[in-house]
Order: sequence, then C-alpha cells, then structure tokens
Amino acid sequence: MTTTTRQTEISLDPDVPLVRIIREFDASPEQVFRAHTDPELFSQWNGPRGMQKRIDHFDCRTGGSYRYELAREDMSASFYGCFHEVRPSEAIVQTFTFEGMPDGVAPERLVFTDLGGGRTRLTATSLVDSFADRDAFVASGMETGVREGYERLDEVLAR
Amino acid sequence: MDALSKVLSALADPTRRDMVSRLARGDATVNELAAPYDMTLQAVSKHVRVLQVAGVVTRSRDAQRRPVHLQAHVFDLVTTCIERYRREAEERYGRLDDVLAAMPDPVESHPQKTTRAGATT
Repeated sequence: MTTTTRQTEISLDPDVPLVRIIREFDASPEQVFRAHTDPELFSQWNGPRGMQKRIDHFDCRTGGSYRYELAREDMSASFYGCFHEVRPSEAIVQTFTFEGMPDGVAPERLVFTDLGGGRTRLTATSLVDSFADRDAFVASGMETGVREGYERLDEVLAR
Repeated sequence: MDALSKVLSALADPTRRDMVSRLARGDATVNELAAPYDMTLQAVSKHVRVLQVAGVVTRSRDAQRRPVHLQAHVFDLVTTCIERYRREAEERYGRLDDVLAAMPDPVESHPQKTTRAGATT
C-alpha cells in the first residue's frame, strides 16, 4: 500500500510491520541533519500541529537519549528513546517509546541521501512490534480525521 | 482491536492479499479461489473467514455457490487513513522546509564526530 500523489511518500511494508516515509528537501544533507539534531530547530517542525512540545532533554549523538512531551488542553503524552548511532549528515538510528508502555520499543532509522545540487532525500523507517501496533501507529497521527474515519469504517463493517 | 487494524492485519498475510487481488477482478467461489494454491480447501476457507470477519469480503447467504465478494469501499477507507497519515507527515515536513529555508547557508557541519569504523546502516 503506497501513496505517492504528493511530495511525501508513505509505504507500509507487507511482510514486516514497518512504515517508511520518503521526502526530498531543497537543502544539503548537513542542513537536514542539523534540523534533526539541534533540539531548538527540531522542535520548530516536529510533532503534530496544535500541540505544545516541551523537550525534557535531547542529546542527539551516539549513545545519547531524548525525552519530550506533547500537550494540548485536553491531553498530553511523553515519548523517549535512545540514539544508537548518529553519523553526521548520513544517518540517525534511534528508538522510540511511548511513556507508560515501556516494553513497546520501535527502532527508527533516518537516512540522509545527498542528491547533489543542494538536495537531500530523507528516508525514515519505523519498525514496530506487530501489524496491529503499526496500524494503530498509522492511525494515531490522524487526530480528528481519524475518528470520523473510524466511525465511517465501523459503519461499513457493521453492515 | 479496532476496525482499521482488523482490515490491515487481515491483509498482512500474503495468501489473503493474493486472494483479494484476484477478487478485485470479480467474485469467486471458495473452490475457484483455492485452485492456484497448494493447500486444503479447509485452509482456504479459513483465510476467507478471516477476510470476512475483518469486513474485507462478504458471502451471499442465499446463492448456492456462495461466491466471495470483495467490499471495495473498505479499501477506500484504508487508503483514506493512509492518505491522512501521509498528509500529516507532509505537513510536518512542510514546516521542516521553512526551518531549512531560514537556515544560514552554508551551514557548518555538526561538531560531533561519532563515525565508527565498519558501522553500516
């Protein structure tokens, strides 16, 4: 299942519970990398819209770790993980965990590919424990839309 | 497990995905579905049942052949869900575009030097 209509490409691997996101940027690998490792820059773009992001710590280097909280009026959630391998302008290998579900660990890999001419392709993969987890993960980012999506789906499935 | 997860995990199996792609061309009986596979009719029926429980296919009650019918609109919803996820990622990366555009150029590379010999991605 792949959607490629616009810039960001998402694919769900059919054989392992993996989500792959591919996106190209008009910037050098150094710049795209820095936007992922500098906590201030990172918090400017990452995370869902309309949620406050509070970084507890963010030490993006091999052996480092991070923890941040996303909050809006009615809810908040914290996430943490370790940076297992950080190679400047090349790759970041890290883990991702929801606080409160410490046994659920998703390895994530970000690869920065130099396309030349000041362009970079970012390939971000996330491997979760099960297909059910992946599907919940895909569904989790959808905010309001997802609820109506589920309601519609439930209606269809109830027929 | 919620409805979307049920659909997606029903489709996680390669045999069931193959069945679904064949059903996309038209209804088929369990016997017809079983023809290309080296498995018992029972095993094929079991796959059909999983698809049925997930709401991916239906079987008419009255017809004697009880053909298996693909519920195509389930896929529209799955596609819609993935598309929403994609749009959310696109939105995030649109913000990253702005951050990158505001960045001084050329940027000094990150001061850390953590490359390990022999490390692969």
